[in-house]
Amino acid sequence: MTQPAIVELRDVTKRYHDKTILDAVSIAIRPGEITAMIGPSGGGKSTLLRSINGLNTIDGGEVIVGENRITQNATQSNDAARRIRRTVGMVFQDFQLFPHLTALGNVCEAPIRVAGKSRREAESRGRELLKQVGLGERFDHYPSQLSGGQKQRVAIARALAMDPQVLLCDEITCALDPELKHEVLDVLEDLRREGLTLIMVTHEIGFARRAADRVVVLAGGKIVEDGPPAQVLDAPQTERTQRFLQNVLG
Amino acid sequence: MKKFAPISLRFFVLVAILAVAPTAADLQGDSPRVVRLRDRLASNVLRWGGDAEGGAPFQFHDPEQPDKLVGFEVDLVDALVEQLRSQLDLPQLHAEFVQYDWVSLPLGLEKQDFDLIVSGLEITDENRAKLIFSRPYYVYSLALTVRADETRVKSVEDCLKLRVGTLSGSAAQTYLQELGVEQITAPDGQIESYQDLALGRVDAVLLDLPIAIYNTADDPRFKFVGPRVGQGHYGLGLRPTDDDLAAAIDEALSELIRTGRIRQIYAKWKMWNEDQLQLASGDRPAEAAGLRGATEATVVTTNREAWTFSRYAPPLFAAAGVTVALTFVSMALAMLIGLIVAVCRLYGPGPIRWLALAYVEFFRGIPLLLLLTFLYYGLPHVPYMGVDLAAWQAAIIGFGLNYAAFEAEIYRSSIQSVPRGQWEAARSLGMDDMTAFRRVIFPQAFRTALGPMTNDFVAMFKDTSLVSVIAVVELTKQYQILARTSLKFTEIGLLTAALYLAMSIPLGYLARYLEENWNFGHK
Ligand SMILES: Nc1ncnc2c1ncn2[C@@H]1O[C@H](COP(=O)(O)OP(=O)(O)OP(=O)(O)O)[C@@H](O)[C@H]1O
Ligand SMILES: [Mg+2]
Repeated sequence: MTQPAIVELRDVTKRYHDKTILDAVSIAIRPGEITAMIGPSGGGKSTLLRSINGLNTIDGGEVIVGENRITQNATQSNDAARRIRRTVGMVFQDFQLFPHLTALGNVCEAPIRVAGKSRREAESRGRELLKQVGLGERFDHYPSQLSGGQKQRVAIARALAMDPQVLLCDEITCALDPELKHEVLDVLEDLRREGLTLIMVTHEIGFARRAADRVVVLAGGKIVEDGPPAQVLDAPQTERTQRFLQNVLG
Repeated sequence: MKKFAPISLRFFVLVAILAVAPTAADLQGDSPRVVRLRDRLASNVLRWGGDAEGGAPFQFHDPEQPDKLVGFEVDLVDALVEQLRSQLDLPQLHAEFVQYDWVSLPLGLEKQDFDLIVSGLEITDENRAKLIFSRPYYVYSLALTVRADETRVKSVEDCLKLRVGTLSGSAAQTYLQELGVEQITAPDGQIESYQDLALGRVDAVLLDLPIAIYNTADDPRFKFVGPRVGQGHYGLGLRPTDDDLAAAIDEALSELIRTGRIRQIYAKWKMWNEDQLQLASGDRPAEAAGLRGATEATVVTTNREAWTFSRYAPPLFAAAGVTVALTFVSMALAMLIGLIVAVCRLYGPGPIRWLALAYVEFFRGIPLLLLLTFLYYGLPHVPYMGVDLAAWQAAIIGFGLNYAAFEAEIYRSSIQSVPRGQWEAARSLGMDDMTAFRRVIFPQAFRTALGPMTNDFVAMFKDTSLVSVIAVVELTKQYQILARTSLKFTEIGLLTAALYLAMSIPLGYLARYLEENWNFGHK
């Protein structure tokens, strides 16, 4: 446990209209760690995730990623946030693919426009990534021609094309039919083997148990439990976690 | 109508000088005036303004060759230029016609769109306040025309309580007003009143004899009544600063009168009459001889049958081309300015945002006609920052500015309709806001905007007809010119309508297609 954290939150506080969504949350994520974040709806999971790459502003505390830090009053497009986004990728629940670009176009846009790669270089890497997520046949399809599971895999490839060290996933299987979920979860397990740091908000307790190194329970804007899956999921210490697990597992 | 008075002192001074020392200048080489004038005409072009819209017999499009202009004034200008060539030793000098609304001719002269008005302009005090005149080239009088079955009217004095038609801005209009006629209609063109007379909308028409003869001669529906009244003179109009040119033109006109050339021209157009003897002003026996000389008259007739499809269609198609070009360029400008305004309005700092909003409200709120008229006629007079735009420039800028306000609003709502998540996805990939806008947000917004913008494009096609107020001849204006020259309002009107529809209907379908089907990847 001496390895330095790759992402660290110190006393991060976020309020919307006097309502405290994140209440002085602190957490350190180590490189290569797979963190599953669970908790009741409205507990602040998305807000916490979006604070890490600056899509949310914060009202107190600081977010530290490598040499960059976001503090309160930083705007969504400030420089620190932009540098953080070069090492921290994100995948959204509703995909947010660019509808005017093909699968390959979606994957290559940022490498060309942001990382300054040549089109050839970006496209050959893009094809590789799309094959890796099982979409070798779909380079030229537009998002509207893809299924939900395919879209989400394109979104993952798009994030990976920027060679992030950390990938933030916000309920990325939530909008998918049960049969399609495994397509996406399989891709995540591959990534785990490659040593990517994953922070994922999820309701898939089974997947969390199987794939995560660490489970964090966020409720009422606070981390109420944090530990290995076996401990948090099978022997929860707090009453809040027990109640949540009961509701989810039925 | 003012009784004709000597035109100007200038003229008499000139005549005096010529009479005293006609050969002195020749012997000493060119006079300073001729040298200055040669400089002035270095481009070898003498531009003259007139209105060929229903302009017979003054100037109108020849049905045999619709892109060619004919008329007694066209012959006069040709003879004048020929005379000036030798007089000024400018063998390359040639004339160029500039089409203008008759009522706006003095404005065009002032704007230097041309150097000379040759359009039956009457020498009146009112006109003399705006420009200077050459010596008269035609003596007209006013003729009263009524329907063939009219019994009430014996002379113009019988018309005080009747409806009388004339031409806007003409000496006849002034005459009727001073006589106390109560119901005067004065349209902008000279044939409308005869149409109105035939349809019973007016009871009589008072207009210059050449116009009356051309429009009613041999027409059994009409007759002339009463003595001719309000004799006056047509003169060529020039800018007050152009008196060198005016002097040279006076000299050339004198020569045309002296040689009998002018009489030939008028005879050819059946416009010769004894009144023209006055052109020699009595005290110039040499000139009077030219007017009295024998001429052989050629009869020129133009009738509506001469205007066949193959004659009026080509100029109409050419004008449709002007409409298309004007619309495309203006719309491109509007889409560009509109985008800038929309971006300022959405993302600019406070004052810029406020200015963008002001732009939209201002240009949406003022009539296009006002804007066009201001840009063309008003802008040159704005102190310190006046700009003299060519008509087509004013048209493009006017349409561009006006439509930009509407396009800006279309852009704005299209940009706002792109989901917020798209911004977040773009940012999460490391894009700065500029890149995100250019590569992700705008391409989507633009596709949304294209449908409504195509609708505006169709609307602009029709709106471009407004530019005829600033002397750009596009499809509608060309229709008016051809229809009033040939009197085939219906036939040419149908073709014009067909041309508009041929352009706007496919565009309308394109708009609908874009709106419904341009979802990415949907076939
Ligand atoms: N832009 C916003 N403006 C106001 N309130 C917001 C905004 N975004 C989130 N909230 C509020 O913050 C709280 C936490 O939201 P958050 O999305 O982080 O919860 P979550 O844990 O991700 O919940 P879920 O499991 O439903 O996704 C919610 O009560 C939500 O209403
Ligand atoms: Mg959430």
